[in-house]
Amino acid sequence: MAPADVQAEVLGNRRLSADYNVLLLDAPAIAAAARPGQFVMIRTGPGTDPLLRRPFSVFEIVGDGGRAPSAFSVLCKRVGPGTERLYRLEAGGCLSVLGPLGKPFDLVAPPAEAWMVAGGVGLAPFAALAGALRASGVACRLFYGARTAADLFYLDDFAARGVALDLATEDGSRGTRGLVTAPLEIALRGRPAGAAVTLYACGPEPMLKAVAALAGAHGCASQVSTERVMACGMGGCYSCVVSVRDSSGRARFVRSCLDGPVFDGAAVAWD
Amino acid sequence: MADLTVRIGSLVLKNPLMSASGCFGYGLEYAGIVDLSSLGAVVVKGLFLEEREGHPPPRVVETPSGLLNAIGLQGIGARRFVREKLPELRRLNAVVVVNVCGTTIDEYAEVSRILSDAEGVAALELNISCPNVREGGIQFGSDLASAGAVVAAVRKVTPLPIFPKLTPNVTSVAAFARAAEENGADAVSLVNTFLAMVVDVERRRPVLSNGMGGLSGPAIRPIAVRMVYECAQQVRIPVIGMGGIASARDALEFLIAGASAVQVGTANFVDPLIWTALAAGIEDYMIRHGIARLADLVGTLERGR
Repeated sequence: MAPADVQAEVLGNRRLSADYNVLLLDAPAIAAAARPGQFVMIRTGPGTDPLLRRPFSVFEIVGDGGRAPSAFSVLCKRVGPGTERLYRLEAGGCLSVLGPLGKPFDLVAPPAEAWMVAGGVGLAPFAALAGALRASGVACRLFYGARTAADLFYLDDFAARGVALDLATEDGSRGTRGLVTAPLEIALRGRPAGAAVTLYACGPEPMLKAVAALAGAHGCASQVSTERVMACGMGGCYSCVVSVRDSSGRARFVRSCLDGPVFDGAAVAWD
Repeated sequence: MADLTVRIGSLVLKNPLMSASGCFGYGLEYAGIVDLSSLGAVVVKGLFLEEREGHPPPRVVETPSGLLNAIGLQGIGARRFVREKLPELRRLNAVVVVNVCGTTIDEYAEVSRILSDAEGVAALELNISCPNVREGGIQFGSDLASAGAVVAAVRKVTPLPIFPKLTPNVTSVAAFARAAEENGADAVSLVNTFLAMVVDVERRRPVLSNGMGGLSGPAIRPIAVRMVYECAQQVRIPVIGMGGIASARDALEFLIAGASAVQVGTANFVDPLIWTALAAGIEDYMIRHGIARLADLVGTLERGR
């Protein structure tokens, strides 16, 4: 389905910390078509500096009652002048948004379980994914790591959806001290024999690589959402490539905007 | 209604707007949101004889009002393009221009022959200017005799209009435009990107995996306009201008400076629906200034103030 290029009104800007915010955007054409794992390209402002749009995962897909979704949100982290603008936006502002783009996650069905693994701003696709999986009765866990307790967000929201939480912080201020892959590995070792688990991961590349390796070692499937510098999001520029093995085992650069951003963790050529 | 048609050799385009090679994939990526037949021409990604992997990421980095890239000409090769992409482009009534790459003069000729034999290619743009691959293009495009030899070799094997795409990374682009004309080119296109570098100061390394890359976008536009102007003064064949065009006003600068047609690259990344606004803006300008035919606007820059 073709993406839409819309002027989306900012319905709200929830600043979660000094660096993180969630923008809620009124964009029925995108919200109704978006699937968990897909992304949008946002123009952070007018003019030519910053020049390019920025890619953001669809974080939440929001409907009113039983009707088709009319809004969606994106989780932003302030890292440069573009995301600075997005952090400072107020409700009522307007943004040029292109989407939805890319391949979504494959959703498992019961009795398979879904274990989501998020590192920092890698939480970005998981509210929508948890929503879709819980709606079809899939048991969900979220392994969520950040530098410190203050950088862990939306915990009550995931808990309210019935998602079991396993937290980790690098400074030990909440959950396990260290990387999120440590509690993940313990859980994989401890799971009942024969329990089918699919790992869904988004976060820093070393974390994705580690999750894919753990999935392989424990006989699980993994779907990883990659992040690349991306100029267009449409397949035009070939900037966002990921090295992925084809059926013959040969690694090739494929565009993460078209063939991803979600890839089978076992197919990515990590080095 | 203004007449926007453009003649490039034997080819007549419905308007002067072309996608810039390397900025529009194979065109089909945009078919869901852009009517490809509404462009004067769709210039697709550069093709060698064989497939190419391109450079490892990071391949791009943004600069003030610019974009630095070193993609490395990743591509599917001429034969796969003819087999897998061309039929659908034809079905969508796109005017297809293929950007031809080569590591040898023979390869330029062979790729050109394959594309000429295929039904549905309207013209060939000869890439003698990619700054990002050592063995493809730039070594031909920065030596006058080699540039002329590539054009002459392709001229022998194709009846299609051919236009070499020139690099700005030489002392005199106009000298290369003249060499192209003398060797049978139907037009020249310019400019390709400016060789440039961005340094990651924390790591003291170039940001791009390739080290250097090519700079495009609004940052380069005034230099590109100057180069198009200089070339248009020195050749009789059409000049196809590009470099940072992001609005109808930008396109008009190139046309007035002497470009018969223009290509849009980086701006398409930001606004994939830009084509309609560009065509409408150029037409509005012509009506406002009482210009019936686009050809009557080309190269009308007044001297002095």
